Amino acid sequence: MLFSSTKRDWFGNVRGDILAGLVVALALIPEAIAFSIIAGVDPKVGLYASFSIAVITAIVGGRPGMISAATGAMALLMVTLVKGHGLEYLLAATVLTGVIQMLMGYLKLGSLMSFVSRSVVTGFVNALAILIFMAQLPELTNVTWHVYVMTAVGLGIIYLFPYIPKIGTVIPSPLVTILLLTVVAIVLDLPIRTVGDMGELPDTLPMFLWPDVPLNFDTLKIIFPYSMALAVVGLLESLMTATIVDDLTDTPSDKNRECKGQGLANVATGFIGGMAGCAMIGQSVINVKSGGRGRLSTMVAGVVLLILVVFLNDWVAKIPMAALVAVMIMVSIGTFDWNSIKNLKTNPKSSSIVMMATVAVVVYTHNLAYGVFVGVLLAALFFARKVSRYMDVELVKDEEQNTHTYKIYGEVFFNSSAKFIEYFNFKDVVEKVVIDLNRAHFWDISAIAALDKVVMKFRREGADVEIIGLNKASETMIDRFGVHDKPEAAELDLGGH
Amino acid sequence: MIQEIPGKFVLACIDGSSFSEAVCDYSAWIAKTVEKPLKFLHTIEHMHLPTVTNLSGAIGFGATSDLMIEYTEADQSRGKLLIKKGQEMLATAKDRAESNAVKDIITKQRHGSLSESLIELEEEIRVLVLGVRGESHDHDTSGHSARLETVIRSLHKPILVVNSEFTQPKSVLLAYNGNKASTKAVNMVASSLLFKDIVCHLVNVSDDKEESVKLLAKAESVLQSTGVSVVTKTLSGKIDDALVAYRQEQDLDMIMMGAFSHHRIRDILLGSFTAKMLERTQRPLLLLR
Repeated sequence: MLFSSTKRDWFGNVRGDILAGLVVALALIPEAIAFSIIAGVDPKVGLYASFSIAVITAIVGGRPGMISAATGAMALLMVTLVKGHGLEYLLAATVLTGVIQMLMGYLKLGSLMSFVSRSVVTGFVNALAILIFMAQLPELTNVTWHVYVMTAVGLGIIYLFPYIPKIGTVIPSPLVTILLLTVVAIVLDLPIRTVGDMGELPDTLPMFLWPDVPLNFDTLKIIFPYSMALAVVGLLESLMTATIVDDLTDTPSDKNRECKGQGLANVATGFIGGMAGCAMIGQSVINVKSGGRGRLSTMVAGVVLLILVVFLNDWVAKIPMAALVAVMIMVSIGTFDWNSIKNLKTNPKSSSIVMMATVAVVVYTHNLAYGVFVGVLLAALFFARKVSRYMDVELVKDEEQNTHTYKIYGEVFFNSSAKFIEYFNFKDVVEKVVIDLNRAHFWDISAIAALDKVVMKFRREGADVEIIGLNKASETMIDRFGVHDKPEAAELDLGGH
Repeated sequence: MIQEIPGKFVLACIDGSSFSEAVCDYSAWIAKTVEKPLKFLHTIEHMHLPTVTNLSGAIGFGATSDLMIEYTEADQSRGKLLIKKGQEMLATAKDRAESNAVKDIITKQRHGSLSESLIELEEEIRVLVLGVRGESHDHDTSGHSARLETVIRSLHKPILVVNSEFTQPKSVLLAYNGNKASTKAVNMVASSLLFKDIVCHLVNVSDDKEESVKLLAKAESVLQSTGVSVVTKTLSGKIDDALVAYRQEQDLDMIMMGAFSHHRIRDILLGSFTAKMLERTQRPLLLLR
């Protein structure tokens, strides 16, 4: 199943896919280099990774037309591993990341994405954009004024070039920026940093190599926490990106296959000396915008990227970092969900809090997994809070019979059980209490415990308690968890129920 | 022996191809003869190809949402246009069928691919009528589309594949080899109102003459028991060559046979008999699964 694909997936849109693949390849090069620098490894690690991840996900991924490569989200998680243990441990962690992702794919954990609410997704995307932007700051501090001018001019070209009639929509403006700034830097011989200063570029095709780490428990202890975080963040971003591409193209995708595909891509990437990666929101949007729809577009992007850097590495080395920074700022701007700022006013406050908490935690920890964890947790708490409002108790007093009837409406669970108890009146002396549960849902043992507490309290005050209308769900719960209707609890049960 | 085939409608698939008129006429003929309502179906397939392309490679403020709005608008206007065109085609087909004295006519439009729609509508189909090539393959003058094969393989109802202009069928070639599908074909001819006034040429292609005569005699008796006029014939040689030549020689109006009885993989390796017949015959094929 991992390798099955229809002819249309590959060749349904050949012209569009090849053109879009070229555009994406050109945009991938600066990104792969930039993310390698974030991770603290040579640019070739990110470039090899982008090649292999793109090519493999083109074949085995679940979302045709989506672009996966070395990403910022993943690079940020690797920083301390690379610093503390070196590249070889990163490669081993990459392989393990892939294994974990494949496992998650086979366990169909992709469906857990349904717990990630819209606000968390927005927070994730915004945090990612902010992190990509922040990662550019080292290139913009303690530098000469040339760099600022170059970056500003670069951004100007990127956003204004497309408005030029005809050629504006045919030639990728990031490419124009890179070419122009490189030429200017060479001609004027400016004293600024170039890609070549950042480390080694690929000069050969990638080769298979086994990560040079001892195969023992200590190694596992080092890499496992990193691999786990990488696996989770990689799948989160990939599945979110897949949803975005689904929406844009109005076509479905296979999310569990995508998990397995990402895993396989990372395993293979670790073995050719690349860093772990995942789907990229910005690049996927560029691909769709450029007309890419099929698997061919991703494949072309990966292959062209490798050909370009292997054969033009002398030229790539001369690209000024300022040009890359300009491209990355564009990616950051394009990734950020600007509507979410406008929506802060109109969205429910709880949604905005979830979104901003996600962003804050990510920006503080540089770990998207923590942000998503906090976001999901908060969203769940807010949800529980909201649902607990869906409970009401109505008291009908029958003075003649000296009977109180309580009609319970709505959801009774851990969050609403305390409120549930407060509704009952234990002060009036009554002979009989009827609790009507016809319209209530009892969700958990907290609810059962609350009901037990109420029943016991009434009995100790000398009343008979009758519970009626237990609906099916509540009834099974009470049979399993409740104590009030067991004989040993019936000491004060004077009339039965 | 009379066996009621379930299904409420004669379903005819209409698109902009040059066969649509013939599809309309054949389905009208069937609907009239078997006294069932006629349903015209037009499907609107989602366009998977990009409608607007921009190779600038730059993404700015609100890139995703802007793109979403742009694509939605493009798809919406395209969808509206296709719906309108489809409605016009359906109206034309309905008029044509009405002038052919069909009483009960229903038209329906659906989103999705043709095979997807047909699988969902399968229960209500009595006979399916469709052209050998769809709108998008109209310029090819030979061959059938891969989509047609998908449709035939995924349905289990009689399918009339139309490949020429309508002529009132007076004779049919029934390719019989004793297997399940062709036995079904014999039972259908015996029981259906459709074949009341049609001469049935019961044909078997085999090198074993004796065996073939025995096989044909059995089927012939089934047909004659319900008053169908039968001609039997044993041919030799390659099956598709023999059938095509015999049909031409006798000038028969229709060919009836079992379809795609083998697994797809075997057919890919050896070539499918049904696919060959679809390509070679000049008259409509009634396929049974």
